[in-house]
Amino acid sequence: MGATAVFRTCPTTGLKVDRDAESLIRWNAVAAVVFLAIGGTFALTVALTRWPAVHLLPPDWFYLALTAHGLDALLVWVIFFEMAVLYFASAVVLNSRIATPKLGWVQFWLMLIGALMTNVAVLQGDSSVMFTSYVPLQASPLFYLGIIVFAVGALIGCGVFFGTLVVAKEEKTYQGSVPLVTFGALTAAIIAVFTLVSGAIILIPTWLWSMGLVSTIDTLMYKLVWWAMGHSSQQINVAAHVSVWYLIGAVVLGAKPLSEKVSRFAFLLYILFLQYASAHHLLAEPGVSAEWKVFNTSYAMYLAVMGSMIHGMTVPGALEAAQRARGYTNGLFEWLRKAPWSNPAFSGMFLSLVFFGFVGGISGVVLGTEQINLIMHNTIYVPGHFHGTVVCGTTLAFMAVTYLLIPLVFRREIKFKKMAQLQPWLFGIGATGISMFMMGAGTLGVARRHWDITFADAPMGFDYPAAAFLMMGLNGLSAVLAAIGGAMYVIVTVASVFFGRKLAENENYLGFATAGEGIAPTYGSSKHHAIPGTVVLVAIFFVAFVLYYFVNWKYLSEVWPLS
Amino acid sequence: MAIAPPSERVWWNEPIARTELVWMIVAFLWGVIMFFTMIFWHIYGEQNLATESYRVNPESFAQRADEMIEQYTVREEDGFPVVRPPPGSEVYLIARAFQWYPLLELQKDKAYRLHLSSVDVQHDFSLQPVNINISVHPGYEHVLTITPTTLGEHGVVCNEYCGLGHHMMIGKIYVTE
Ligand code: HEM
Ligand SMILES: [Cu+2]
Ligand SMILES: [Cu+2]
Repeated sequence: MGATAVFRTCPTTGLKVDRDAESLIRWNAVAAVVFLAIGGTFALTVALTRWPAVHLLPPDWFYLALTAHGLDALLVWVIFFEMAVLYFASAVVLNSRIATPKLGWVQFWLMLIGALMTNVAVLQGDSSVMFTSYVPLQASPLFYLGIIVFAVGALIGCGVFFGTLVVAKEEKTYQGSVPLVTFGALTAAIIAVFTLVSGAIILIPTWLWSMGLVSTIDTLMYKLVWWAMGHSSQQINVAAHVSVWYLIGAVVLGAKPLSEKVSRFAFLLYILFLQYASAHHLLAEPGVSAEWKVFNTSYAMYLAVMGSMIHGMTVPGALEAAQRARGYTNGLFEWLRKAPWSNPAFSGMFLSLVFFGFVGGISGVVLGTEQINLIMHNTIYVPGHFHGTVVCGTTLAFMAVTYLLIPLVFRREIKFKKMAQLQPWLFGIGATGISMFMMGAGTLGVARRHWDITFADAPMGFDYPAAAFLMMGLNGLSAVLAAIGGAMYVIVTVASVFFGRKLAENENYLGFATAGEGIAPTYGSSKHHAIPGTVVLVAIFFVAFVLYYFVNWKYLSEVWPLS
Repeated sequence: MAIAPPSERVWWNEPIARTELVWMIVAFLWGVIMFFTMIFWHIYGEQNLATESYRVNPESFAQRADEMIEQYTVREEDGFPVVRPPPGSEVYLIARAFQWYPLLELQKDKAYRLHLSSVDVQHDFSLQPVNINISVHPGYEHVLTITPTTLGEHGVVCNEYCGLGHHMMIGKIYVTE
């Protein structure tokens, strides 16, 4: 089989690229972008409806659009793109052929068909149950079946990834241990298996129930197992986008990890502690003991959080060390000022890193604190938090790496370069805006998944403070900004991939400035350059974290006592 | 580079630079602090969610609620009974699409045992503007001891999507001296 694989050599990185792997990466990435466009369109209609002065959609369409937005953005866009990342991080990065390309295509078609089935179910209007589909609300059987088919596809994709690692090892396509990016992708894939199996355990009985073959599903059990899929899959996203950060740092700045040991240890923490994640979603539930909540919600003393905090230093630290090795040693931040900001892969990556840490990361830990959860649970603070993680973090990182994939994998020249350079900024700032304003509205008590906070059709009213309306309006404005940024991404990607000039076989082209070549900072241990700039950034982050954490305890202490 | 195998084959024996080591220790200790803060709050804090819960069938829950309503209704508002149970008593609040039933009137600084359950799908008790948010499941009865500390009219919003009328589901808790 190995003999049948056809390779080309990448003129930019010198890597050997299996043509089958290349097509699979291309098609998965294209599918991802298409669903991002659909999910993003729904997002805009949702956000405009929640802008009280606009209130775009009628209620049934709002709940339908919100269901479709959650599914297409969180599930379909992210997981399709992750399949592309897995194939890239295995076959391409390891110089290997891809194991069983045929199964790779099975992955692609199952996921596509599954996604279409679920979308059809939602658009038919009888499955507006939100992407969480909490029982006993019931969607049509097609809704659950589509997700199951999609998940089976993704599971097969993980299998192809593991197979490729084995092939690469046996055929000795690399020396020593796998690269860090591949290690991070491996982390993501291992977590994905746990996640997808949990998904099957809960969705298959729910599907049978929707056809009348199972009589009841316990609501609490459903939530526990559903979130073993739903939250653990967020660890997949984190592992994947952290790998992408390292990847972009390597390609654009020639950055090496400061310490392979530290970075890999941080990934390992994700694997060891992911299975506790589901508990976040049960903090406000009856029937669960406090001990269980405290232990699980903290991932056994915040060890997975520690993993992310470590990456929070080692990712920018690797960039700084590389830049300092290149001679940008003035002051604390010359390395950062002189970074290739004109390259959207870099600007997107750095914004993703900062916003993920400051917006998504801090709010996540606070929200997941057992008692503090009481003053935030199911308010619009929750979508505020996770747009900080999955939009500012994951989505922006994936957008950024697309600007490398277009030349390296699609072998096309990038079209509309000015637009591409502006894109991460508009999208990043817009996405941060929606995160912050939804969080702000949530602390004022605004409910998530709610069509009308004026309660105009309700038998009685309740007046939210004016500031809450202001926040929801600012959220709408930010959403417009983010939607423009998202549309620019789709335009640049589609135009380049389908209409960009084809690159010649041996054309070394990356489209945008990089930090130049010829540096290989030594890593590991005390040998790397000191990273004072990163230390300052990390210190600011830590102070913000601690303050925000205790401020929220203060808020909690002011609400009605309860026990 | 992160896309090449580690240049030191035995990378796991490399010493760790001080900066990273210090940060790892700080991150770990901060985790420990956050962990024990939750436990501390269980002992000394006043806002802890009760874990007293029972499996219940919707009819029996509704029946007990009706008994309370019959006994302590003081007036009607928009077709809803307003119930003023004595301090310390068992207070029932039914969640159903799309109502919180009945409306309650409680006294400030008095403790009540509030029983929450749903008779159909999942809902979410969101007390505003206090901003206390608790999931309400069908089949589970959740018993909390609450002590109102703010006077006036409070809204009870539904915070979990429960069907097309979700945004019309609103109740009231009045707090008087
Ligand atoms: C233009 C960009 C985006 C905008 C303006 C946007 C806006 C919103 C808004 C306003 C909500 C509704 C909050 C509510 O009423 O409860 C929402 C929900 C949500 N969004 Fe986004 N979003 C965007 C991109 C994304 C992306 C890229 C993802 C995933 C990667 C995502 C995942 C979700 C999820 C999972 C929900 C929750 C749906 C639910 O409650 O069932 N969003 N978004
Ligand atoms: Cu409800
Ligand atoms: Cu509701």
